[in-house]
Amino acid sequence: MIDTSKKEQKRSLIINGALKLFATKGFYATTIPQIAKFIGMSSGNLYNYFSSKELLAQEILKYISAHLAKEIRKINDSSLSSQEKIKAIVKIYFNTAQSQPEMIDFFLRVYLSNREVFRKGCEGMICVNEFVTEIMIFFDEAVAKGELKNQDFFSAFGLFMGYLGGMVFLNGEEVLNKRLDEYIDDISTNIYNALKSD
Amino acid sequence: MKLLWLQKITCNGNAHSFLNYPNLTEWMEDFEWVYHPLLPSTYSLKEIQSDIKECDILMIEGAIDREDSLFLELFYRYANEAKYILTLGTCATFGGIFAQAKDSIKGLHFDKENRLDEFGKFWQKSISLPGCPLQPQVLAGVLNAIKEGISIPLDKMHRPKYYYAYTVHNGCTRNEYFEYKIDEHRFGELEGCMFYEHGCQGTYTHNSCNKILWNSVNSKTRAGQPCMGCSEPNFPDDDLWRTKKNMGIPAKLPTGVPKRAYLSLAGVAKAFKIDRFYHPLMEDESE
Repeated sequence: MIDTSKKEQKRSLIINGALKLFATKGFYATTIPQIAKFIGMSSGNLYNYFSSKELLAQEILKYISAHLAKEIRKINDSSLSSQEKIKAIVKIYFNTAQSQPEMIDFFLRVYLSNREVFRKGCEGMICVNEFVTEIMIFFDEAVAKGELKNQDFFSAFGLFMGYLGGMVFLNGEEVLNKRLDEYIDDISTNIYNALKSD
Repeated sequence: MKLLWLQKITCNGNAHSFLNYPNLTEWMEDFEWVYHPLLPSTYSLKEIQSDIKECDILMIEGAIDREDSLFLELFYRYANEAKYILTLGTCATFGGIFAQAKDSIKGLHFDKENRLDEFGKFWQKSISLPGCPLQPQVLAGVLNAIKEGISIPLDKMHRPKYYYAYTVHNGCTRNEYFEYKIDEHRFGELEGCMFYEHGCQGTYTHNSCNKILWNSVNSKTRAGQPCMGCSEPNFPDDDLWRTKKNMGIPAKLPTGVPKRAYLSLAGVAKAFKIDRFYHPLMEDESE
């Protein structure tokens, strides 16, 4: 009989190891044997868990999406104002970028840079669905309460997430003058000012 | 079985709609109109006002002005007599369009979705039949059931579940477009679901319009018009041809569907690009 919890642990070990390598070396420069060696597993055994490198990358994307969604859901379920929620989301995003940089780096440097890897299997927003859903819920409730301006979803989503992604990218390039978390207040205020209702 | 049809503030829509009941002539053989505003009746309105006539079922069409003491007196006399009271249409049931004119105008037991106690002693024998207008088959079906002694399960607003447990979405021929979240609908040019842009309320409107077709032929959504929620307590809403959205997300979701679940499902469904739904179905594929 297969021990599912042990199988799940192994799966998680592979995802975390591959995430680190993909995020630092890039998708194409990382091989399955390298990932296997990094986590102390044989390539043959790794293929028992993920039949291809593309599939592994897609699972990593879902894993990151679910991780961020879980954190944003806690904010959505709280009684904070929309302005405070924006700050809490920015904080989570930047803290993740600092404490687990591979998560956001994977998003920016693998997902957004190698679209062909995700074209089949991650159509539309399937693989980032959990994350996008929580952002939708945040926007929907904020507009319903009259705290944010009603507009097209992607206009607001692009402004919010594009801004955060851009800052993390600049941070990765080491061109920022301050630590990323020192920008939380200013950036939260800018986002709120851009999205708030008239 | 003796029927009394009283009207108050109404456009006559329910009375007219009932004339379209396909088997009206045969159906009438089993019933007697003590009084009906359009059909041959045993008594005139004057006669039923001057004296109490026997009646089994009292039917009210139109919203009721609480300041209209003359009508209220007539209503009480027959409401006490009748074994059943039917509110015909949305105005008589919830207040509808006419209730917007002044605060004292309401449905018999409801002011929109709020239950009123004024005629509480008649609540147990009342049946709510909203719709603008009420479908003739629904009224005929309910009256038949009463006559035959068939029990009619009611929901908490006393609407017969046989007809109102469903939503207008049930049986809509545009369901495929809804399933795959295709918000591409163009009036008269492209089939599609009208939930996303054009204000269709079918997914949360309780009625059988797509199960029992109007004039046995069609329904609003089948003909390419959005359902306006005409049998719902808050009818009429404003801006009926536009879906209210918060940042692109429909403000009102299908009955009983949690927002998070809906959005997750929509995100997955939207990923499919099914070509045939983006062209008129009647268009030649070779074109």
